[in-house]
Amino acid sequence: MGGHNDETLSLTLNIWRQSGPDTAGDFETHSLEASPAMSFLEMLDVVNENLQREGREPFAFDHDCREGICGMCSLVINGKPHGPESETTTCQLHMRSFNDGDVIWIEPFRAKAFPVLRDLIIDRSPLDRIIQAGGYVSVNTGAPQDANALPIPKQNADLAMDAAACIGCGACVAACPNAAAMLFTAAKVSHLALLPQGAPERVSRALGMVEQMDAEGFGHCTNHYECMAACPKGISTDNIARMNREYLRASILSR
Amino acid sequence: MNAPPKLDSKVPSGILGDAWTNHKFALPLINPANRRKFKIVVVGTGLAGASAAATLAEMGYKVQSFCIQDSPRRAHSIAAQGGINAAKNYKGDGDSVYRLFYDTVKGGDYRAREHNVHRLAEVSVNIIDQCVAQGVPFAREYGGLLDNRSFGGAQVSRTFYARGQTGQQLLLGAYSALMRQVSAGRVEVRTRCEMVDVVTLDGIARGIITRDLETGAFERHSADAVLLCTGGYSNAFYLSTNAKTCNVTAAWRAHKRGAFFANPCYTQIHPTCIPVSGEYQSKLTLMSESLRNDGRVWVPKTKGDQRQPALIPESERDYYLERRYPSFGNLVPRDVASRNAKSVCDEGRGVGSTGLSVYLDFADAIAREGRATIEARYDNLFQMYERITGEDPYSQPMRIFPAVHYTMGGLWVDYNLESTLPGLFVLGEANFSDHGSNRLGASALMQGLADGYYVVPATVTAHLAGRKLERIDTNHDAFAEAEATSRARFDKLLNINGSRTVDQMHRALGQLNWDHCGMARTKQGLEQALKQVVQLREEFWSNVRVLGDGRSLNQALEHAGRVADFMEFSELMMKDALTREESCGGHFREEHQTAEGEAKRDDENFCHVAAWEYRGRDQQHQRHTEALSFENVQLTTRSYK
Repeated sequence: MGGHNDETLSLTLNIWRQSGPDTAGDFETHSLEASPAMSFLEMLDVVNENLQREGREPFAFDHDCREGICGMCSLVINGKPHGPESETTTCQLHMRSFNDGDVIWIEPFRAKAFPVLRDLIIDRSPLDRIIQAGGYVSVNTGAPQDANALPIPKQNADLAMDAAACIGCGACVAACPNAAAMLFTAAKVSHLALLPQGAPERVSRALGMVEQMDAEGFGHCTNHYECMAACPKGISTDNIARMNREYLRASILSR
Repeated sequence: MNAPPKLDSKVPSGILGDAWTNHKFALPLINPANRRKFKIVVVGTGLAGASAAATLAEMGYKVQSFCIQDSPRRAHSIAAQGGINAAKNYKGDGDSVYRLFYDTVKGGDYRAREHNVHRLAEVSVNIIDQCVAQGVPFAREYGGLLDNRSFGGAQVSRTFYARGQTGQQLLLGAYSALMRQVSAGRVEVRTRCEMVDVVTLDGIARGIITRDLETGAFERHSADAVLLCTGGYSNAFYLSTNAKTCNVTAAWRAHKRGAFFANPCYTQIHPTCIPVSGEYQSKLTLMSESLRNDGRVWVPKTKGDQRQPALIPESERDYYLERRYPSFGNLVPRDVASRNAKSVCDEGRGVGSTGLSVYLDFADAIAREGRATIEARYDNLFQMYERITGEDPYSQPMRIFPAVHYTMGGLWVDYNLESTLPGLFVLGEANFSDHGSNRLGASALMQGLADGYYVVPATVTAHLAGRKLERIDTNHDAFAEAEATSRARFDKLLNINGSRTVDQMHRALGQLNWDHCGMARTKQGLEQALKQVVQLREEFWSNVRVLGDGRSLNQALEHAGRVADFMEFSELMMKDALTREESCGGHFREEHQTAEGEAKRDDENFCHVAAWEYRGRDQQHQRHTEALSFENVQLTTRSYK
């Protein structure tokens, strides 16, 4: 992290402006004095406050928890989804990562399956539909067996947790040259494939989720690993390998 | 004072441990084939909302679910870090349903209903079983069994966790159950859609009005029951640990349609948050309370000691929680920890450039257990801290300060979780029911899931089968009136065209609440704030500036609608704080404290729930009370010494 804690940063911001899904968009340029201790979204808050005081409409951008867990924030910052820091969501990115005089390009996640709704906001509902296609264990609320009746080796539980940590932000899609949703889908397939609870539905899950991923218009994986580099939760591409095995196994078993 | 008939708590009689079972048996059942004839609207998709919507759909009801984010998985339950309590006694350290019940009643400073809390403790064990069956990856020991940690306010280890992301994993569990029902065609989920009013017919909740946040379109949705699972009101303080879109609007709109609001002054200030760094600050970040298992809280003994923490010798440090509360030490409940941090900062012993923070020091734990162990426990929290502050908590102590985190108050509900507006049920943080005046750590997740998975699916039949519900059409005048009122309100906001932004007004409101209705409250301060909040509201409605239109995605307009409700709500919160002439849990009135500065309850006059009735625009709220009786737990002064 940069060490500019006591000074102000003079920034030039090129921010994407687009009034709706069916209109063309373009960059709009603004300059701003920012504090290094601000978060990136707080910096955008200041831009928006200034705009509104001048009677101009603020930029629309998605955000909610602002602590890196809800997956609502997005943005491609200087060409990188969630900006320059590794394993950091946009809301957790701080301006101390930038230098005085920097020019910053801010645009929405771009993928065919993620249409822009307004300015920096995109539609990520395809990700919900992928989960609907099998990203669950079919167990009704009721009285299942005691939780400790099913011991799970710690190593497997930990690997499952590594995969389950996905926040569903879609940065993997935005980073992929093919706009593939492989890492997102693989994280859920892996999480459940690593646990005994997921075993009965292994086949239908792998087939269903992959099929839905294709139907939504996401591209295919060609092993660039950009997804893993962009993932704010450090989800590994090992999960893609695991999903491919699951898919292959399911394809054979379902014949 | 006698409770008016409207406040019938429906608490079952008989032995505490049998009450819930007997009550469920007495509730009517609905034949599975008939359930699909009932439509249930569920607002909010956090732990309570997602679990309720999924479970009701599994049972066969027709469910419509609404959330304001772009996916149900974003609800703020996802941010809960530490864990979820359950009386499993897997550690064999003396835990039991009764002990969890007892700890929760005591932790709530004897301002919760015994029966509700006991039910919560009973179903806590089912929740863990259910979540594990869903594939929630809880932390495990090497033998493959579930691990537990201890948490504030308890001396047993009963907290289940999934690293520092327990809320996320539990919510994703409930979300996956919900997605399964969507795929089965039993639930329709509406995302980016905000509830703006409840529609009532013959005094019964029969639907809602929503505004589509993408298109600005108002829509009418009829229902046989409406469930509000819309969270708390911490963002009335502007700065809080809540997500930015958390709001009181759904609850407040329901309140104005007849649902009483209970104990709004019970707000929880969480002791371990990252301190404010500047005036642009948009929210505060919580560091899980679990950090207090290994971190030691201290400030310098001497006022104004500016030395780096490492240069302050052991003998000149005041580990004030360990000193004042030797048996609970750093694990005292949240309200006690927060108030003590405030008092050492008020004494001028706070640290950091603002003097508004205290140290949370891991040096001893790292020396004792090794860095690897501490990393395994808290690394994601440590990383989060470093990202925000630029300081490395492995090599220097964290700085923390309390922040508004959770609200125990909420819409009044009876034992069935039904509000005073029949047909309107309230779940999770949005209701007032289980935490009294202070919530213990790892209990919010427990309550949200208890309400959604187990309580409402059983109790909603009392309404659905117990009342005759006429078929209702959204062309009915009641829908037209509610929609017109909502439309007019948004149009008005767009046409004020004043000079202050919504955010500026929200910040001003937050400061007022923090200064006078925050960690410590006084009669004088509250009286003054009550006048100011009325002025602020008037200014809002005459001088706010909302640009853009109402026919497309307009975040400033969304925010304006919510701030307008926070303005009205804050007045009630202050009134409640002013009326409750005692200190209990998260409500600390400076006039009511012991010689040692601890909260002084007044059980003779205030051992009750205060439930406020809205009586119209130009009328004062009316305060009703529901007496609390303690038949199983002795009312004592809470002591953690």
